[in-house]
This record gives sequence, structure tokens and C-alpha cells, in this order.
Amino acid sequence: MIVAKNISKSFDDNHVLNDISLTCKKGETNLIIGESGSGKTVLLKSILGIHQIDKGQIIYGDDIFTDMNHKEKQKIRQEIGMVFQGGALFDSSTVFENIIFPLQMFSKMSKAEMHNRVRFCLERVNLHNVDDLYPSEISGGMQKRVAIARAVVLNPKYLFFDEPNSGLDPKTAIVIDNLIKELTIDFNTVTVINTHDMNSVAEIGDNIAFIYNGQKWWYGNKEEIMHTDNKELNDFVFATKLMRDLKK
Amino acid sequence: MKKVFKRPQKSSIFLNNVFFEIEKLGINSIMIVLIISVFMGAVITLQTAYNIELSFVPLYLVGLGTRDSMFLEFSSTIVALILAGKVGANIASEIGTMKIHEQIEALNMMGVNSESHLVLPKIIAAVLTFPLLTLFSMFIGILGGYLAVYFTNAVPIDDFVYGLHYYFIPFYITYSLIKVVIFAFIIATIPAYHAYYVQGGALEVGKASTKGVVYSSILILFFNVVITQILLS
Repeated sequence: MIVAKNISKSFDDNHVLNDISLTCKKGETNLIIGESGSGKTVLLKSILGIHQIDKGQIIYGDDIFTDMNHKEKQKIRQEIGMVFQGGALFDSSTVFENIIFPLQMFSKMSKAEMHNRVRFCLERVNLHNVDDLYPSEISGGMQKRVAIARAVVLNPKYLFFDEPNSGLDPKTAIVIDNLIKELTIDFNTVTVINTHDMNSVAEIGDNIAFIYNGQKWWYGNKEEIMHTDNKELNDFVFATKLMRDLKK
Repeated sequence: MKKVFKRPQKSSIFLNNVFFEIEKLGINSIMIVLIISVFMGAVITLQTAYNIELSFVPLYLVGLGTRDSMFLEFSSTIVALILAGKVGANIASEIGTMKIHEQIEALNMMGVNSESHLVLPKIIAAVLTFPLLTLFSMFIGILGGYLAVYFTNAVPIDDFVYGLHYYFIPFYITYSLIKVVIFAFIIATIPAYHAYYVQGGALEVGKASTKGVVYSSILILFFNVVITQILLS
């Protein structure tokens, strides 16, 4: 479980996060949604420790992350798998090299075990015959899947996704959503997803936190979000004609 | 800087990175050093030869002038300035692009010390290979001068060769190598620093790259004066 307790974050005079508390549960997908500029990316990066928070606590399992020194934080980070918005694959490395890299850095596996683990992860994300290709030689959807394979290769306890479906067509986005859901159950991870994709909300939203003006405005799940009377949330969720028609 | 010099997390990966950088920064710079040095040596020789008008000035000074110019200044400082452009821009654009595409953040998130992982192999590769490139440049520069004399007869070839051997001070090579080690450190670190803290897009990477090359060139010139004063005074 990841717990964020009363966290606040400002950049100079700009108060981006205001006293947010959030619990992300194990074996479930925890979605952070909100408009652009609402503070959801800052919230995700604060939970990850990329941003230093001004107030509050972040707790990973039984460990208070915010009280840890650099070395202890590095150790926790080895239990975290992160998929960045653009994939953040290393351009100068092949698909295989990208995925094996965390194993080479942090595991004590033999070469053969590492290769087997990479094979398993590639199979798991349904990628075949791409080992020797460079990130620039594969499609956006494949890049996302490689990034997911790299994120899970060390068998992490915590999985983070920043806008996993941005730039993907709706069909590929559903494939990625389903993959995230399956991995969350299979690996029993605490999965935190930062998104504004309403399809993801409807497909895999076990727990959803709606961030509005730097505050946690609403919390619920994918069934509850469709019937809420929260005005700001409704304005966000049913902004498109398709969603309004669906509601009717 | 403190993080850059932290002990590498995995020595096998670190060594691989060092060899990769030696190839990229050092071996891939051989051709440009060769071209610049051969022409530099030839031009220094011809300019010296054509500017000696007084009959009592011995002609072997052309060889001596070429040798000392190459050894003292051209093979270290000028080659370092050229490498600041080529290698510095390469380092800045590589790290800057990694930064804006969140690859550095990805490394940090994995628990990798990105500063050490990315920058230290470049520093080691530069410090190891640039002195070798300088020695290579000295040799090629002298060869360029020899070829210029051979093909133009600007001075008798025997006088030129005699000048090359005349009053040779081995410390000039040591002085040049000390300079180039410091220049190598500057070339590997300054562009990396500017790129590591870049924010924005491709435009900012370009600006960081320019800043890295300009600042490292200025520092090379500044340290050239300081080291010369310390070592040759």
C-alpha cells in the first residue's frame, strides 16, 4: 500500500497541491485523474519523490519515504517500476538492452537467467521478434509495451504509469489498459496511474481520485463516477459528446 | 559534481560504458585530428619558411619552429578547441536529449546514479584518449610540415630535419600532456553540466549545447594561460 498524508507542494507562490491525502491499494489500479494543470502530474512525481514536498508524508508499505535518506530512497526505488508518458526508452539501446538494463544493474542473476526473464517479460507484453530493434524502429504502442516490460522486469512492488495511453489509438489504448490491469493482478502490485483518458477510467478504474485545483475533489470507483452529482467531476468526465450520450 | 565521482554501482556496466565512450569520443575523433594536424603542420612550416627573409637566420629554424609550435600549442590547445566543438556538442546533445525525453528521470527512478552513470565514463574516456590524440597530432603535424617542405622545397629538407632534432626539450611534451588532461576534463564536464539541467525542448538542447561549447572553449583558453604561467615560468 502507498499512503500520501496531507501533502502540499508549491512552486514559489504557486500552490499546486493543497493538503492531499490518498491511499493506493495493493492488487488494484489506482487512478489519478484531472484536467491539465490540475496538479495530477505533480502529485504523481511527489509520491515518487521526484518533487520534494513542502508538507505531509509519503509511506510505502511500512516505510516512511519522506523521512528516508538518499540511499534508503534509492533502495525503495528499486522496488518501483515506472512507465513514463513518452516511454523514456534509451534511444541508443535495443529493445532487449532496454529491458535487461535494470537486471544488469540491480539483480544477481546469471546471464542465462536474465535472458529468460527478459524473454518472459517480452512474452507477457505480447512482443515478439523485436529484440534487436531500436525504439525509433517500433510503433508508439510497442514502445509503451517495451517500457512496461522494462518496468516489471525487476518484479516491482509498485507500478507507476504517467499518461500510459497518450498518443495511442483507442484500440491500442485498450490493449495497454488491459495489460496494466492483468499485470497488477498477476504481480500483485500497487499500481498508480496518472491519466485523463476516460476510457481507462471506465475500463480499469478500481479506485479513482479526481484532482481539482490542487485538491482531492472526489474519490470513488468506475461505477460510482458514472452516477456522481459532483459538478466539477461531471464537467470533466462528461466533457465529450460521446460520454454525454453514454450517460443518457 | 560530487555525485559524478561516486563509486559506480555496477563495475561491469561501468567498464562497458567507458569502452563505449573511448570509441565514441576518442577513436571517432582520430580522423578530424589527423586532417587538422597535417594541414596545421604544413601551414606553420610554409609560413615560417616564407617569412624568413634575413640571410643570417639559419634555415633549420623552420623545422624547430614547426616542432615547438606543434608541441607547445597547436597539438594541445588548438586540437582541444576543435574537440570542444565536436565532442562537447556531442555530449551536450546526447545528455540534453535524454533529459527532455525523461530518460534521465527514468534512470533516477530505477535507483541509478544518473550523474555517475552518464558523465563519469565520458570524463575517464576523454582524460585517457585526448592525450593520445595530442601525441598523434604532434606526430602528424610534423609529418605535415615534412610533406610541405618535400613538395615545395621551401627550405632544404636536411635543414628542416636538422631543425626538428635541434635543442629538443622533452618537458614540452609533458607540459602539453598536462594541459590536455585538464582540457579533457573541461570538455567532458562543462557541456554535460549544461545539458543535465536543460528544461524544455529541442531549442533548449541546442542552446545548452552552444553554451557548453562556448564556455568550455573560454575555460580552455583561460587555463592555457594559467598552466603555461605555472609550468613554463
